[in-house]
Amino acid sequence: MNSLLSVSNIAKNYGDRVGCHATSFDLWPGEVMAIVGESGSGKTTLLKCISGQMEASSGTLGYTKRDGSIVVLQELSEAERRFLMRTDWGFVHQDARDGLRMGVSAGANLGERLMALGGRHYGRIRSSAEDWLQRVEISTDRIDDSPWSYSGGMRQRLQIARNLVTAPRIIFMDEPTGGLDVSVQARLLDLMRGLVRNLGLAAVIVTHDLAVARLLSTRMMVMQGGNVVETGLTDQILEDPQAPYTQLLVSSILLV
Amino acid sequence: MSGPVYNFAYLNEQTKRMIRRAILKAVAIPGYQVPFAAREMPMPLGWGTGGVQVTAACLTQDDILKVIDQGADDTTNAVSIRKFFVKTAGIATTDVTDDATIIQTRHRIPETPLNENQILVYQVPIPEPLRFLEPRETETRKMHALEEYGVMHVKLYEDIARFGEIATAYDYPALVNDRYVFDPSPIPKFDNPKLNNSAALQLFGAGREKRIYAIPPHTKVKSLDFEDFPFSLPKWDKPCAICGSQTSYLDEIVMDDQGGRMFVCSDTDHCRKTQALK
Amino acid sequence: MYVAVKGGEKAIDAAHQLLAEARRGDVSVPEISIRQIEEQLSLAVDRVMNEGSLYDRGFASLAIKQSRGDLIEAIFLVRAARTTLARFGYAEPLDTAKMQTRRRISAAFKDLPGGQILGPTFDYTHRLLEEVMPLEAAQLADQLVVENMPKVLGLLGDEGLIEPALPSATTVGDITQDPPSFPMPRDERLQSLARGDEGFLLSLAYSSQRGFGRTHPFAGEIRLGEIEVSFVPEELGFEIVIGEITVTECEMINQFKGSADVPPQFTRGYGLTFGHCERKAMSVALVDRALRSAELGEEVGSPVQDEEFVISHSDNVQATGFVEHLKLPHYVDFQSELILLRNLRKEKAAE
Repeated sequence: MNSLLSVSNIAKNYGDRVGCHATSFDLWPGEVMAIVGESGSGKTTLLKCISGQMEASSGTLGYTKRDGSIVVLQELSEAERRFLMRTDWGFVHQDARDGLRMGVSAGANLGERLMALGGRHYGRIRSSAEDWLQRVEISTDRIDDSPWSYSGGMRQRLQIARNLVTAPRIIFMDEPTGGLDVSVQARLLDLMRGLVRNLGLAAVIVTHDLAVARLLSTRMMVMQGGNVVETGLTDQILEDPQAPYTQLLVSSILLV
Repeated sequence: MSGPVYNFAYLNEQTKRMIRRAILKAVAIPGYQVPFAAREMPMPLGWGTGGVQVTAACLTQDDILKVIDQGADDTTNAVSIRKFFVKTAGIATTDVTDDATIIQTRHRIPETPLNENQILVYQVPIPEPLRFLEPRETETRKMHALEEYGVMHVKLYEDIARFGEIATAYDYPALVNDRYVFDPSPIPKFDNPKLNNSAALQLFGAGREKRIYAIPPHTKVKSLDFEDFPFSLPKWDKPCAICGSQTSYLDEIVMDDQGGRMFVCSDTDHCRKTQALK
Repeated sequence: MYVAVKGGEKAIDAAHQLLAEARRGDVSVPEISIRQIEEQLSLAVDRVMNEGSLYDRGFASLAIKQSRGDLIEAIFLVRAARTTLARFGYAEPLDTAKMQTRRRISAAFKDLPGGQILGPTFDYTHRLLEEVMPLEAAQLADQLVVENMPKVLGLLGDEGLIEPALPSATTVGDITQDPPSFPMPRDERLQSLARGDEGFLLSLAYSSQRGFGRTHPFAGEIRLGEIEVSFVPEELGFEIVIGEITVTECEMINQFKGSADVPPQFTRGYGLTFGHCERKAMSVALVDRALRSAELGEEVGSPVQDEEFVISHSDNVQATGFVEHLKLPHYVDFQSELILLRNLRKEKAAE
C-alpha cells in the first residue's frame, strides 16, 4: 500500500528566519496525525506547506490519487492543484471566518463545493446541505441563516461540514478548537472524532493542546523551534516521552 | 485656435488597428474578455464609449448604422451616438433593423432576428460577471482561467433559497461555448435566448473597464440555471397596446396618476413593422 | 391613443442651445478670453493639463472656458482631444536635477546646497479675502532661478541611508497605449497617479497620515521649475530639444524598519506633475509610497495600500462618466425588476 501523502524534506524560510526545517513523514489512509508544539514552533507553517496553503521553500509532496497513481504536487499545474484541493482535500482554519464565505447563508456555504464540482440540481444540493447540518448537530431550520448569526462553536462545525461535503480524503486542521469555550471544545472534539472514524478520513491536526492530540490522533509529531523533536504513536509518546522538550510538555499537562 | 482634424470615424488608424486586433482575439476565444487600451472618446465613459470604439473600428464607408438605447432609436443617448458617427464618418443610418449592417445597442437585442451580414455591438458597463462576487481583477482572472465558477451558482442558490426563484431580471450571466461565463451587459433576461446561436456577430465593448469580448455567429450561449429551476422568461398579461405583439418585450407607460398603465413594445422598429403588417 | 415619446433629437439641440446661453452668462459683462484664462487662472490650467495628460496651455484654457470652469469636464475635453492625436514617439527621460528651479523647499534639512527658495506660493499668505491688487502698484520681486540644483535625496544616497533610485531595467510602460493589468509595475502606477483626480489622491494621502496605512513621511524636496524636453527622431538618430515645460516634483523620504533582506534605511515616494500642482505632487508621492507597502514587506490593510482599489478608482473622467451614466434611461432593466418584484410579492401574498 502507498502512503496517501508523502512529505519529503519540506522546509520553509521567511527571509533569514527559518519557519520550519526540512521535515519528512508519510501519512497513511485513515490515519490521524497530530502536530504538537508551542506557538512559534513551526507547526502551522508546516501544516500550511503540506496542505498547499503556502509554498514551501524546498522539498516535495507526493500524493496518491484515488486511481492509485502518484503525483508530485509541485509538478502539477495550478488548475490541477486547485482541483485536487477542492475534491480530495479540506482545510479547517482556526478562525472559522477565514474558511467560510461569511456573506452567504449556511446552506450556500455547504453547497458551494458541490456546485464548484458541477452540482446543478438545487434540490439535491439543498438536501445534501441539510444532511450535513444534521451531521454536525446544527438544526436544519438554520440553513438559510448567515454564519454571522451562528455562535463560535456552530461556525466551526459549519466550517468542518463545508469541507466534508464533497467527501475529501484528507483534512487539515489548524487549531480547530482554539478560541472556543472548554465545554464547546469537548463537544466539537467528540464530533470530530466520530466524523473522522466514520468517514475513514486521514487528518493532520495542528494543536498546542496535548489533550486534543490524545483524543483525536493515532500518531504524533512534536515540534520545537522549527524542528521535529520527537515522533511516534500518540499513546506511546504520552506515556513515555523521550525528548526532553516532550517530557516537559507532557509533565506540564499532567500537573494540571 | 482651430480644433484638431478628425479621421474617418474619429479614431486614428493606429487606434483602430489596435481595437481590431482585440476584436479578432475576442472572436477567436468566445466569451473571453480581451483587455484593450480604450481611449477617451468625446462622450462620457460609461455612456457607451466601449461600444462606440468597437463600432468605429468596424465601420466602413458602405455600412448602414442603427443605434438603439432601451430598444428605441429615438432615446437621447442613441440619437447622440448616431449623430456622432454621421458627423465623423458620414455614413448612412437607419431605424430599420433589417437594413442595418451594424447595430449598436444599449440594454436590448432587437426583436427581429439578425442575419449573417450584421454585427451587433453592445455597450457594456461592467464586463466581469464575477465582479460583485469577487471585486479583485487579479482573482477573477484566475477564476476564469481555471473555470472556477462555483460561486456564480452560489448566488443563484441564494436567490432560490430566499425568493423561491432565480431573482436576476437583467444582466443575467451565461456560459459561452461551454467555456467562459460571461456578462451579456444589462439586457433583460428576456433577451438572453437571442444570444444563443445568433447568425450575426456579437461584439461587446467596455470602454471604462477596457475590455472587448465577442460571441461569434452560431455559438452556443447557455444562461446559468439549475436542472430543477431552469432559466425562465418573464411574461406579460397583455399584448403590446399599439401593435398587438405578444412576443416582444414591453415597456410600462404610466398614463396618469390614477394607476393607469399601458404596455408597449420597447423595440420601436419592431412595433412599427408589426403595425404595418396588420 | 398613446404615441411613443419622440423628439430626442430636438430635445438635444435645444439643450445645447440653452447650454451655450448659460455659458455666456450676462452678455453685458465682457466675455472672458482664452488668453486671460491661460494667464490669470494658471493653476486651473495646470490641473487640467495634468489630469488631462496633455501639455498644452491653449487647449487647457479653451477647455476651461468651454466647460464653464467645471475642471473635470475640462479635463475630459482635453482627454478626448488627446485621443485623436497621432503618437510619434517618446521623449527622453527628464533629469529634474537640471531644472531651472523657481521654487525648492526641503522640510528635512534646514540648510542645504542650493538653499531653500520659496518662489510663488500661497503658503505664508494670510487667507483674507481682499481686493486683488493691480501688479503695477506692488513692488516687483526678483524671481530667483537656479540651474543644476543638487537633489536633496542624493545627499542621503551617498551614505546609503536611502534606497537607491535606479533606472528601470525594462522598457517603461505606457498606460495610454497598453491596457493596464494588475499587479501593476511602479512606472505604470506612477503614470496612473499622475493623471489621477487631485481630490481623490489628496484624501487617500491624508488617510495615510491619519494612520490608515502610515508611511512616516518627510517632504524631502519639492521643486518647481522649467525643464527642456528632448526627443530623438529616428531620421536624425540624435537628441534634439523640442520644447520646455513646467513641472512640479515631490520626493518624500519615508521611514523603513528594514526586513529580512534589507537593512533599515529610508525609502522613497515620488510624485511628478505638469505645471504647478504642488498639492497633487505631494499626494502622489504619499500614495506611491503607500502602494509600495507590499513590496517592502509591510502590513497591508488600508485603502491607500490597495493597488486595485486606488488605481481603479483614481481617474475622474472614468468616475464621473460612470456615476453620471445613471442619468441615462434604464427603463428596460427597471421594467424587468418591476415584473420580478410584482411576481415575488404575488407569491408571498399567496403563501
